[in-house]
Amino acid sequence: MTETPLTDTETTPLLDLQQINKSFGPVQVLRDVDFTAYPGEVTALVGDNGAGKSTLVKCIGGIYPIDSGSYFFEGRPVTVHGPREAAALGVEIVYQDLALCDNLDIVQNMFLGREKRAGLVLDELTMEQQAASTLASLSVRTVRSVRQQVSSLSGGQRQTVAIAKAVLWNNKLVVLDEPTAALGVAQTAQVLELVRRLADTGHAVVLISHNMNDVFAVADRIAALYLGQMVAQVKATEVTHAQVVELITSGRSGNLGLQPANGGNL
Amino acid sequence: MSDTITSAAVPAADAQAEGAGLGAYAGRYIARVRGGEMGALPALIGLVGLVIFFSAVRPRFLTALNFANLFQQGAAVTVIAMGLIFVLLLGEIDLSAGYTSGVCAAILAVLLTNHGWPWYLSILAAIVTGVIIGTTLGSLVALVGIPSFVVTLAAFLAFQGVSLVIVSNGKNITVDDPTILRIDSSGKLPVAVGWALFAITVLAYLGVQLLQRGRRVSKGLSSDPITVIAFRVVGLAVILGAAVYVLNLERSLNPAFRSQKGVPVIVLIIGILLVVWSFILGRTAYGRHIYAVGGNREAARRAGINVNAIRISVFVICSGMAALGGIIAASRANSVDPNTGGSNVLLYAVGAAVIGGTSLFGGKGRIRDAVLGGAVVAVIDNGMGLMGLSSGAKFIFTGLVLLAAAGIDALSRRRAAAAGLG
Repeated sequence: MTETPLTDTETTPLLDLQQINKSFGPVQVLRDVDFTAYPGEVTALVGDNGAGKSTLVKCIGGIYPIDSGSYFFEGRPVTVHGPREAAALGVEIVYQDLALCDNLDIVQNMFLGREKRAGLVLDELTMEQQAASTLASLSVRTVRSVRQQVSSLSGGQRQTVAIAKAVLWNNKLVVLDEPTAALGVAQTAQVLELVRRLADTGHAVVLISHNMNDVFAVADRIAALYLGQMVAQVKATEVTHAQVVELITSGRSGNLGLQPANGGNL
Repeated sequence: MSDTITSAAVPAADAQAEGAGLGAYAGRYIARVRGGEMGALPALIGLVGLVIFFSAVRPRFLTALNFANLFQQGAAVTVIAMGLIFVLLLGEIDLSAGYTSGVCAAILAVLLTNHGWPWYLSILAAIVTGVIIGTTLGSLVALVGIPSFVVTLAAFLAFQGVSLVIVSNGKNITVDDPTILRIDSSGKLPVAVGWALFAITVLAYLGVQLLQRGRRVSKGLSSDPITVIAFRVVGLAVILGAAVYVLNLERSLNPAFRSQKGVPVIVLIIGILLVVWSFILGRTAYGRHIYAVGGNREAARRAGINVNAIRISVFVICSGMAALGGIIAASRANSVDPNTGGSNVLLYAVGAAVIGGTSLFGGKGRIRDAVLGGAVVAVIDNGMGLMGLSSGAKFIFTGLVLLAAAGIDALSRRRAAAAGLG
C-alpha cells in the first residue's frame, strides 16, 4: 500500500478497517481498503462519483456485509451483521435523505423508534428535556422550540436535527453523508460549525463531501478513494487543495496516492 | 419597560405576563392556521354555520327530540369514521368499511335471531369477524403489496355479496334483543347519571390539564398559560353542559304515554371510544409509530419500527370499528338487511373523517375529527331531510361537502409546504 503513514499513533483509532473488499457480482467496488477514524477528529472521506464512498459507508453501517477484511472498533475486532448491530456499537449514519418524519416535531423525531415510556404512556417530559439539552450541548440556537414540526424547519435546521438525533444516543462514530449538499451558504456554515463541535465533544466524525472548502474548513484528516482503492489517508494540514483534487480525479498526486509502478491504473 | 416600580406593580406585572402568554398563545395559533394547520377550524365553522342555517329555515331542527336524533343517526357513521382515521393516517384507504359493517351486522343478526345466541356472544362474533376481515385486508396490503385501494375495492364488492348470502337473498332479519336495542335505539341514561357523568368528565379534564401543566412547570418546560387551560375547561363545560341539559329535557310528544328524556347511551359509548382511541393515538408509542409510518415510511423503517405490523394493525382496527358501527346500525334500525352498511355509509364515514380535518395524504388526523365530521354529516343529512329534500339532493350536497373538505385538505397541505420552505 502507498498510504502515507500517520505520524501520531498514540491514540487507538475508534474505527479501524483493514483490507476491506466488497464486490457486487463481478464488480469489485472496494479493494483492500484501509480506513481509520479517531475520536475527537473529523475525517473527511472524499472521492469521485462511483469511487465507493457510499459502499464503504454502508459497510461501516452494517447495511452491506463485507466480503473480506477486518473491522476493528475501539481496538476490538467485531463483525457487523446489520444496522442494528452497528447502532449497538455506537455507529450512527446520517444519510443524505435525512429520514425525518415531516409530520412529527423535533422531539418526536429524535426519539423515533426509541421512545421513553413511563409504563404504558410516552414520557414526553423526559424526552423533551433530553432533546433540549442535547441541542443545547451542541450550541444549537437556530430552532425556536423543540416542539416545532419538522415540516416547518429549513434544510439546515433539519440537518441539525438529524445530527442531534445521532448525538442523543451517545453514538461514538457519526457518519455524515454530504450534510451540506443541499444547503445555502449561511446554513452550510452552521452545519459545519456543528460538525466541528461534534468532534470537539469527543465523537469520531466521518464527513463525506464533494466540496473541498467544506473539507478543509473542518476536517482533521482526509481519506481519498479512487476507483475502489484508498489512495491516501493524510492529515488535512499536510496537503493542499489541489493535491486532494488530484487524488480524487487521478488517484495520485506527486508521491501521494497510487504509483504507476505499483499497479495503479494509469 | 416601566420605571415606576411600586409594591402594587408586582401583581400588575404578573397579570401582564399572563396576558402576554395568552397573546403569544393566540399568535402562535393564528400562525399555525395561516401556515395550513387548520385542524378542527373548518369543521367547527361549518358545523355552526349549518346549525344556524337549518334552525332558521326549519325551527323544528332545534328541538330536543331532533337533537337526540342527530346523535343516534350519526353514531354508526362516526364509529366507522374513527376506525377509518387509523387507515387514513397511513395514507391508505378502506373502501370496504361500509360493507364490512354490513357483514358483521348480518352475522350478529343471524346468530342472535336465527340461532338464539346471547347478545354478548353475538357481539363478540361480529367483532371477531371484523378483526379477521381487517387482518386479511391488512396482510394483502402490507405483505402481498396490493394497493389498499384495489384490495378494499374488491372487498367492497365481495362483502356486498357476502351480506346478500348471509341474509338469505334479501330478507330482513329483525333484531329484538333488548340489550342490543339499548345501544342506539331505546337506551337512555337517567337524568342524574347524565349530570354525574358530565361532572366527572369536566373534573377529569381539568385534573389532567392541571396535572400536565404542573409537571411541565416543575421540570422547567414551557407550558400553556393557565388562562388557556381555563378557557378549554370552561368551553368543554359549557358545550357538554348545554348538550346534557337539552338531552335531559322531555322530548316525547306524548310524555304521559311514554316519557323520553336522558342522554342516549350511544353518546356515552362514543365518548368512551373517543377517549380510549385518542389516548392510544396520542400518548402511546404505538400511536406515535402510526403517525411516523404515515409521515415517512422509510424513516420509520430505519428507526426500527415494524412497518408491516403497523400497516396490518390499522386495517384490523378499522374493520373492528366497522363491525362496531354495524352493531350500532343494527340496533338503530332494529333489523339487518343486505343494504345495511351499503349505499352512502362508507362515503359518509370517509367524509366525516376528512371534513373533521384528517388528511387523505396520511400523517395528519385525530380521533376527534370523526366526531366533529360525523356531526357535520349528521346535521346535513338530518337538516336536509327536515327540509323535505329528496335523497338525490342530499347525496349531491354531501358529495360537494366532501369535495370541499378534501379541497381544503389539499390546499392546506400546499400552504404548509410553502410555509415550511419560508
